[in-house]
Amino acid sequence: MSINWFKYSSPVSFYPLAGRLMPWFTGVTLILMAIGLYLGFFVAPTDYQQGEAYRIMFVHVPAAWMSMFIYLVMAAYAGLGLAFNTRLSSMMAKALAPTGAMFTVVALWTGALWGKPMWGAWWVWDARLTSELILLFLYLGFMSLQAAIDDPRRAARAGAVLALVGAVNVPIIYFSVKWWNTLHQGASISFDKAPSMATTMLVTLLIMSVAFWTYTIAVVLQRVRCEILERERHSDWVIALTQEKQA
Amino acid sequence: MPAAQGQSGMIAVLMVVLRRDLTLAVRRMSDVLTTLFFFVIVVSLFPLGVGPEMAVLREIAPGVIWVAALLASMLALERLFSDDFRDGALEQLLLLPQPLSLLVLSKVLAHWLISGAPLVLMAPLLGMQLGLSWDAIQVLLLTLLLGTPAMSLIGAVGAALTLGLRGRGVLLALLVLPLYIPVLIFGAGAVEASVSGLGASAHVFLLGAVLVLTICFAPLATAMALKISME
Repeated sequence: MSINWFKYSSPVSFYPLAGRLMPWFTGVTLILMAIGLYLGFFVAPTDYQQGEAYRIMFVHVPAAWMSMFIYLVMAAYAGLGLAFNTRLSSMMAKALAPTGAMFTVVALWTGALWGKPMWGAWWVWDARLTSELILLFLYLGFMSLQAAIDDPRRAARAGAVLALVGAVNVPIIYFSVKWWNTLHQGASISFDKAPSMATTMLVTLLIMSVAFWTYTIAVVLQRVRCEILERERHSDWVIALTQEKQA
Repeated sequence: MPAAQGQSGMIAVLMVVLRRDLTLAVRRMSDVLTTLFFFVIVVSLFPLGVGPEMAVLREIAPGVIWVAALLASMLALERLFSDDFRDGALEQLLLLPQPLSLLVLSKVLAHWLISGAPLVLMAPLLGMQLGLSWDAIQVLLLTLLLGTPAMSLIGAVGAALTLGLRGRGVLLALLVLPLYIPVLIFGAGAVEASVSGLGASAHVFLLGAVLVLTICFAPLATAMALKISME
């Protein structure tokens, strides 16, 4: 059996599909997050070096992963939209940006909460922290550019160029920040030689990552649905849909 | 030979674009001077804010001069396409048979000669003001010479994307400043390394690499952005 994937690249057929998928992803997110948080806060053993404070890691690490990964996915969608002129891809790129920015903020915030008891400071100019902060700036730039342009077609295409330029720049920024950091700071804290993790910790981390994944998918699907309705509000099928709802 | 003729024709067009932009700028020198004065004033504010101890100033001088140069070149970006956009010259430029990315390259070159090169020439004076040694000033000059064109090229993408938008200045800063970070790190890092006696060559080479990369790719992205903005 083969599925015609191109069918779902049109907003008309994607809208109901997104509506059907969204509750499932929401449900899976709730279940996994409940399990993950329970395991993280009650089952996982106390770390012999870091005490209880390390438990923030179960939120911090998946959030940081997601923040970086979403930028790449966003740039990929933006590139698709630019290359093939598909409306849905640029809507997906636009819908991903706020979630990515949110995860960046969560990663920075929980990092600060972890840093205070561990390093004795809310913020240090560590390479990872700095590049995460710059990632937040890139997300904000993308969202502000889209918000400043009234014409949705131009907004989508301009945002796509910016996302692609940003994606090319991300590795350059990351390595330049890393070198800057090693030259400036003598004693920096390294995660590279992290002690091997207990199995429960690793499982919890994975469960939380999957939960953040499904959360992202659920939220983005919902946001894309709103975006589709807004952009297609003059088309026949949206008018028919609203009249159906009203009746 | 039609091919050779086409090539020399293209170079002629690029020279015309360059000469036109330079002529326009020379007839309105105040724009050039505003950027330059901004650069000087920002650098001069730091001793007033930090205190007059030469030891402290010498330590922060590379970063201060580089950040000020970065802000000054960003402020100048707004004018890169906006005048041509307003009087319709940009539309004519888009209609030319020559590749738009090369036309962009010559426009950016003109823009750098007007707004970037004066900053480079002014920098040694500010370096002396902040107590940098002669060796460090030479490195500063070299890195600014490599870094300011790279910043003009990166900034051109942002200038093209924000063409004709409301509240353009702040938006442009938000888009462009994060992308300037590698240039800032390598540029200020080179001067700092030379001050501390580590040798600046690694940073200077990396800065050169950034410049080469931006020369190759930024005009393409700018051309694409201009087409999107002019639709």
